[in-house]
Amino acid sequence: MDLLTELTILVLAAFVGFEVISKVPNTLHTPLMSATNAIHGIVLLGGLYLIGPAEGFLDNFLLVIAIAFGTINVVGGFLVTDRMLEMFRRPSLRGGPPDARPRD
Amino acid sequence: MYTATFLQDPDFIRSLYIVAFALFIIDLRLMNHPRTARKGNVIGAVGMGIAVIATLLIESVGDYGLIALGIAIGTVVGVPAARSVKMTAMPQMVALFNGVGGGAVALISFVEYRESVAVGGNPELEALIPMLFAAVIGSVSFWGSNIAFGKLQEVLPGRPIQLPGQQFVNFGLLAVCVGCAIAIASGTESEGLFILILVAAAVLGNMFVLPIGGADMPVVISLLNAFTGLSAAAAGLALDNVALIVAGMLVGASGSILTMLMAEAMNRSIANIFKGGFGGGGAAPGAGDGEEKPVRSTDPADVAIQLAYARKVVVAPGYGLAVAQAQHTVRELADELEKRGVEVRYAIHPVAGRMPGHMNVLLAEADVPYDHLKEMDEINPEFPQTDVALVIGANDVTNPAAREQADSPIYGMPILDVDKAESVIVLKRSMNTGFAGIENPLFYAENTSLLFGDAKESVQKVLKEVEDL
Repeated sequence: MDLLTELTILVLAAFVGFEVISKVPNTLHTPLMSATNAIHGIVLLGGLYLIGPAEGFLDNFLLVIAIAFGTINVVGGFLVTDRMLEMFRRPSLRGGPPDARPRD
Repeated sequence: MYTATFLQDPDFIRSLYIVAFALFIIDLRLMNHPRTARKGNVIGAVGMGIAVIATLLIESVGDYGLIALGIAIGTVVGVPAARSVKMTAMPQMVALFNGVGGGAVALISFVEYRESVAVGGNPELEALIPMLFAAVIGSVSFWGSNIAFGKLQEVLPGRPIQLPGQQFVNFGLLAVCVGCAIAIASGTESEGLFILILVAAAVLGNMFVLPIGGADMPVVISLLNAFTGLSAAAAGLALDNVALIVAGMLVGASGSILTMLMAEAMNRSIANIFKGGFGGGGAAPGAGDGEEKPVRSTDPADVAIQLAYARKVVVAPGYGLAVAQAQHTVRELADELEKRGVEVRYAIHPVAGRMPGHMNVLLAEADVPYDHLKEMDEINPEFPQTDVALVIGANDVTNPAAREQADSPIYGMPILDVDKAESVIVLKRSMNTGFAGIENPLFYAENTSLLFGDAKESVQKVLKEVEDL
């Protein structure tokens, strides 16, 4: 792909990101950040892609670290996000105060 | 044989990347409601799985042993950390995640440069420029995030650390990065220069987070989040990988939005925050007018009566509540009040806590239903109809001086209008001023009474009194 095509994709992705993410409520901003941490783990792909052709100890060593870093992001990010989101419950699920139900 | 070639077809692999980034967008889309967010997260994880598998299918990818090693190390470190981290420590966790993300990008760019030099000189400009950009931003965010982590974890002092002429040093470091990058881009083939870029960017990362005070951490974490995203997108340009480009840009957009929201919630420009040192200069005005103003202190029994006979109570929690680990006790108190027919809501200021949305997570962990957590704009019109506003461990975000005193350092910052409630009860440890060291007229208002003591103990006492009523 040529650079201009890639830049087109980049700019469009920025607009999509702004549109979609500006609709996320404040309540979910912490899970949003950890989820984007997980998505950022995509850099793992760069490590996977380069390590095959890479020659020499140093390059391989650095790429193993990069892959480990990326994996920490992916695995840790998705897990911790799930842990947080699990805690966001509605009152009906915890049998809590009947404030939403009409009393008569 | 046919399947093998089909699976390794670059177009097939690219199609899988398209599926992957579409799933990331769906993930973020589902994040717009707590009900669907968890499903979204699973969809995002599936997208990531597809992207990784697609990459492993590429013909030139090899060294599976080393790949397995890297993934194993990452899993061994990441899984236990994610499972055991306390919700109060989420800001540190996210800072670390930002850091390793940026670090990965910097390493990948460096190796990519070395490899292409070994094969036959500098890469083409259209790969080289994003590579250099990724290296700088990646290195800045790795080191900056480490400092942010240190401050949040209190390994480093939370107060701003400033060196003389810091801004000149920072500009100098940036100039070194840009200068070396231009030298490489204009044809100089030098690994040394590349390393110099990484090192200068590393020092810059340290220097730009050190002067920022603990109260500004929500902005810093958001900004570093945006940086890591942009560095990943740049790495994507360098590697011709569309999944990296889109995913990195999504993260960049998210971090940028959060940075702007946080800066807005503190009524400060981003440039101003990075100049550092909130309240570092001139003593807070209003603090030194000498006279001892009277405050009304109250006791748990009185608070209990006020709360129990109210129709509507709004709790305004601040980071002090999390520090005292009082969130569960507060929820028990709210349950007890709701049993008596009192409506209890929580007013969450955008910068309550140490990162965007932190307070909401802490309260959700204490089993507070999310529809009781109200954003500032939503709850402010409700304060005039509120009988009791209960301020726990929050100070600056409830300071009416932000609305009324044009000479106040926080003038213009959006606040929770707790002072408009019929009566205000402030739970405070002592009469010390808040994080920003600014006097809060709320404490001296006629409808305000103060309950001194540790937040958790105070709430426990009030709870006991309510139960005994």
